[in-house]
Amino acid sequence: MPGPMRTVRGPKQQVKNPGKLLARLMKYVFRDYLFPCVLVFLCIFIGVIANVQGTLFTRNLIDDYITPFLLTDTPDFTPLARAIGRVAIFYGVGIVSTYLYNRIMVYVTQGTLRNLRNELFAHMEKLPIKYFDTHAHGDIMSIYTNDIDTLRQMISQSIPQIINSTFTIISVFFSMLFLNIPLTAVTLVMVAVMLVCTKMSAGRSGKYFVEQQINLGRVNGYIEEMMKGQKVVKVFCHEEETEEQFREWNDALFVSADRANTFANFLGPINAQLGNISYVICAMVGGVLALRHVGGFTLGGLASFLTFNKSFSMPINQVSQQFNAIVMAMAGAERIFRLLDEEPEADNGYVTLVHVREEDGELKESAQRTGRWAWKHTHQADGSVDYKELKGDVVFDGVDFGYTDEKMVLHDVKLFAEPGQKIAFVGSTGAGKTTITNLINRFYDIQDGKIRYDGINVNKIRKEDLRRSLGIVLQDTHLFTGTVRENIRFGKLDATEEEVVAAAKLANADGFIRRLPNGYETMLTGDGANLSQGQRQLLAIARAAIADPPVLILDEATSSIDTRTERIVQEGMDRLMKGRTTFVIAHRLSTVKNSDCIMVLEQGRIIERGTHAQLLEERGKYYQLYTGNAIA
Amino acid sequence: MIRRILKEVKEYKAASIATPLFMLLEVLMETLIPFLMASIIDEGVNAGNMKHIYRVGAWMVAAAAVGLFAGMAGGRYGAKASAGFARNLRGSMFHQIQTFSFANIDKFSTAGLVTRLTTDVTNVQNAYQMILRMFTRAPASMLCAMFMAFQINARLSTIYLVAVLLLGTVLFFIIRHATATFQQAFPKYDALNASVQENVSAIRVVKAYVREEEETGKFQRASENIYRIFVKAENNVIYNAPLMMFTVYTCILLLSWMGAKMIVSSELTTGELMSLLAYCMNILMSLMMLSMVFVMISMSMASIRRIAEVLDEESDLQNPMHPVKEVADGSIVFRNVDFTYHKDSAQPVLKNINLEIHSGETIGILGGTGSAKSSLVSLVSRLYDVTAGELLVGGRNVKEYDMEALRNQVAVVLQNNVLFSGTIYENLRWGDKHATEEECREVCRMACADEFIRKLPQGYETHIEQGGSNVSGGQRQRLCIARALLKKPKILILDDSTSAVDTATDSRIRRAFREEIPDTTKLIIAQRISSVQDADRIIVMEEGRIHGFGTHEELLAGNEIYREVYESQTSGGGDFDEREGE
Repeated sequence: MPGPMRTVRGPKQQVKNPGKLLARLMKYVFRDYLFPCVLVFLCIFIGVIANVQGTLFTRNLIDDYITPFLLTDTPDFTPLARAIGRVAIFYGVGIVSTYLYNRIMVYVTQGTLRNLRNELFAHMEKLPIKYFDTHAHGDIMSIYTNDIDTLRQMISQSIPQIINSTFTIISVFFSMLFLNIPLTAVTLVMVAVMLVCTKMSAGRSGKYFVEQQINLGRVNGYIEEMMKGQKVVKVFCHEEETEEQFREWNDALFVSADRANTFANFLGPINAQLGNISYVICAMVGGVLALRHVGGFTLGGLASFLTFNKSFSMPINQVSQQFNAIVMAMAGAERIFRLLDEEPEADNGYVTLVHVREEDGELKESAQRTGRWAWKHTHQADGSVDYKELKGDVVFDGVDFGYTDEKMVLHDVKLFAEPGQKIAFVGSTGAGKTTITNLINRFYDIQDGKIRYDGINVNKIRKEDLRRSLGIVLQDTHLFTGTVRENIRFGKLDATEEEVVAAAKLANADGFIRRLPNGYETMLTGDGANLSQGQRQLLAIARAAIADPPVLILDEATSSIDTRTERIVQEGMDRLMKGRTTFVIAHRLSTVKNSDCIMVLEQGRIIERGTHAQLLEERGKYYQLYTGNAIA
Repeated sequence: MIRRILKEVKEYKAASIATPLFMLLEVLMETLIPFLMASIIDEGVNAGNMKHIYRVGAWMVAAAAVGLFAGMAGGRYGAKASAGFARNLRGSMFHQIQTFSFANIDKFSTAGLVTRLTTDVTNVQNAYQMILRMFTRAPASMLCAMFMAFQINARLSTIYLVAVLLLGTVLFFIIRHATATFQQAFPKYDALNASVQENVSAIRVVKAYVREEEETGKFQRASENIYRIFVKAENNVIYNAPLMMFTVYTCILLLSWMGAKMIVSSELTTGELMSLLAYCMNILMSLMMLSMVFVMISMSMASIRRIAEVLDEESDLQNPMHPVKEVADGSIVFRNVDFTYHKDSAQPVLKNINLEIHSGETIGILGGTGSAKSSLVSLVSRLYDVTAGELLVGGRNVKEYDMEALRNQVAVVLQNNVLFSGTIYENLRWGDKHATEEECREVCRMACADEFIRKLPQGYETHIEQGGSNVSGGQRQRLCIARALLKKPKILILDDSTSAVDTATDSRIRRAFREEIPDTTKLIIAQRISSVQDADRIIVMEEGRIHGFGTHEELLAGNEIYREVYESQTSGGGDFDEREGE
């Protein structure tokens, strides 16, 4: 059954290689559930055999029991009772195996979906930031919802159905051969006709189905866009124009939905009635054969054959009904595997971050927390180990960077920050301020130049350790579902109670947290929707504070916070910056003014650098921005 | 509720009626076939009458042909009716939403409206088609087969009656139980998806703190939970198939035993027994189908309710009987205005507002978050109605104006502003459909947008992505201002619309306003004091009240909030690019 939550999605493309995809999917199912799958296979097989045995009984009923009964005056019913008992056992076995395979399939289906979800998520977490930049979040979400859903339908229903039908077709086919060869030939001809009709109808339905998905994607996209902008629509009195466009696309969707469903609906009656005609033809031909006793064919034989005839066309009908489900599932599987095939973030770093203590003026690695850290540099050539204390010395040397190779965003950026220094970036939106900070922690890799951290090329540092040594407060604050305490602890998982409170106090967050209904235990949901923008920012600062990193990156965005809240946030930030190398993207004079160095960026280049006093002296861009007298 | 949404069937009524009728015809034919079959065996084969076989065979082919035609026609009209119904539902809801006021939109939320227009409609469409095609077909097929069976042999057919009653009762309980468990499971499923959503949007935080493994662990625990809940829920449903088989097999065996006895005592013929066995499948399959229809209906009930809610929602703003089309000038008067978003909430958002703003004035509005600045200005273009008091624009109560005319002359640049997918020209022309390219460029120059637009590879023909995601925040805000300027409004309201624009550009925009549209009344909400300090007068808002109203100098002298904000932003604490007493 489909989940109630579905996200809007774009048009679907047709799957290129369905066979290969199916094989990969099955491999996936078998990997974790080989034994249960074998059991299911067996159960289906037993079920089919039992069913065929039951059908064969109908022939025996007439030929071996009823017809002889009619010939004697005192019929003995005991053999019949025995036969019925025997068949009842067959049926019983069939029922039990059907139950078993349904039950096992629940575990196989749900288990496979769980494993797929887990693998998707674990893999997604390893993907580079670039992946998230280049893929719409709605599309990523839809893999977890829609695509997994279509797979559920396919694994739990379509595949067992197909296996079942295949077994049935094979066993019925041999039973028919056994009963009468000419009638079997007649049936086969009719099946061929059915297949051709199915293919025609399903093919056309499939074509319109794809069209319908494209139209649906377009309508849903339009709905999403317009509902988000509904207030703007109102303000501009654009209701009629909006509706006009909607009507056009809604009509197109109707046309394709109508056609797709029409052809899909044709499948049922076509197959059913062709099945009936096949039945009639067999009855007529069989009647002639039985009357003339050709090849010892009997009335009972005809009755059985006719039942088989029905059992033969039914599974074909059932498989054809699964057609659309499979097409959809394959499209979903393709997107799922595409995500799983994405290259994870590469990490060739080998320099790691370790706890150290000092003994006789030398750094020694320590298993416990010592409050001091060092880079452990294992030289690849001779395996010798170096320790270099973590200080927070950052150097950019001639760095060029672009999100794509074609378009550079940063040009020849040079800067150095000594431990404990504060470096500020100013410049208009899009000048490349945030981009620079994203390079220090290697969210992106640079095209040219070098970035050194405590004298080590950042490419040599293991990403995990590099990022652990950097604290970040991002422009958009993101909180996680969980308690306030858990959100602060995000920065340091083994933090004690006292450390959490201390961090909150440092960030100026303790006061408001205590006023929340459950204090530190208050649950936050939906990205902290129950907190104000300022409060969320304070929590983000506390989260960075508890991690206690030597280098801080503050992308402060306070434009949406009112001035009084901003001051509280600022105080928290100022306290956090004390004694750390800080890179700050600043909007506020106080933050910038006392920086050790201010970088003015324009279109990806540092155009001015120096202290506040020096820059004012220069009377350049900084001066213009500062005085609000920019002359463009 | 159901009746309400059925109104939307409209022009597809004929198709909606035709579908079940054709399905009925198909059922009749399908029931007829086993009956004719019996005749072939008894009177044809047994009597050695080939002629009879051919004749009845021909009838059967004819019946199949009619069945085929009926089935296809049913499928055709079923598809048309349900797709059409869905189109009408979507269209009507969309239309209804266009009449909604801001208050109505707030009530449903954007996400709520999107779900109703997409998922809910699809659910109802599928359920409708299922009902049209199966709801008559399944019971009819069952009744016909039952009738025929009773015609052949009433005594044996009571077996079916008993079987149907038993199976029906058990199915009913299974389904009721299963739907309940599924409905409990779905919210958990949504919660899991929400956690994915959270991680996708916060991926930078996760990576910055190296928390990939912890997050994966958290997700896996949640996913394990889902697994358990769904296995439990699905384990309820899996009894259906074996139960069905059990009933069918029991019927076959009972029929065989009793049928054999009756044939011996000449109460039944072999052909009749064959027909009875054939009806067995018909009857029980129909029952199964019927139970599925019930599942679908109960599953789509929630969707039906949500759709009906939108269709029944009345806009709480209505145009007056004799609307005034022309706003005389840009003067605004608030007289004892109170305002609340919800009629029953005790705490008013705005309390006793009295203001007099002259045409052509520039008014700055300042205040902390939650001080109701946005609420104040949204009353001017009648996005909401005042709860008490009155609001005059151009000397008349806003309720006397035609809403479209009022909003065309009072332009608002909203706080959460949106651009739409389309070229820059197309976006700008939301302000004025017939604006020439020259006019578009003119307003862009005023809003300081012309400069960056020219630098874009395709200039004004650049395609804006959905939500304006391919331009920066500051650029988006400038485009939104230009779009509003194109209306040539008498009153222009900027609700914190330059927060992402740097101060230098911000001041250029304000200068342009001053020089080029001096007659337009300008209301400017801002956080930065520099954005408002050169306004003619400034309103200081505090907790839904007007705390101060005057010029920069007056407020600086006599209003402590204003002074506090001013000092915090200028004396060593302001924006780095702040004008500092120069």
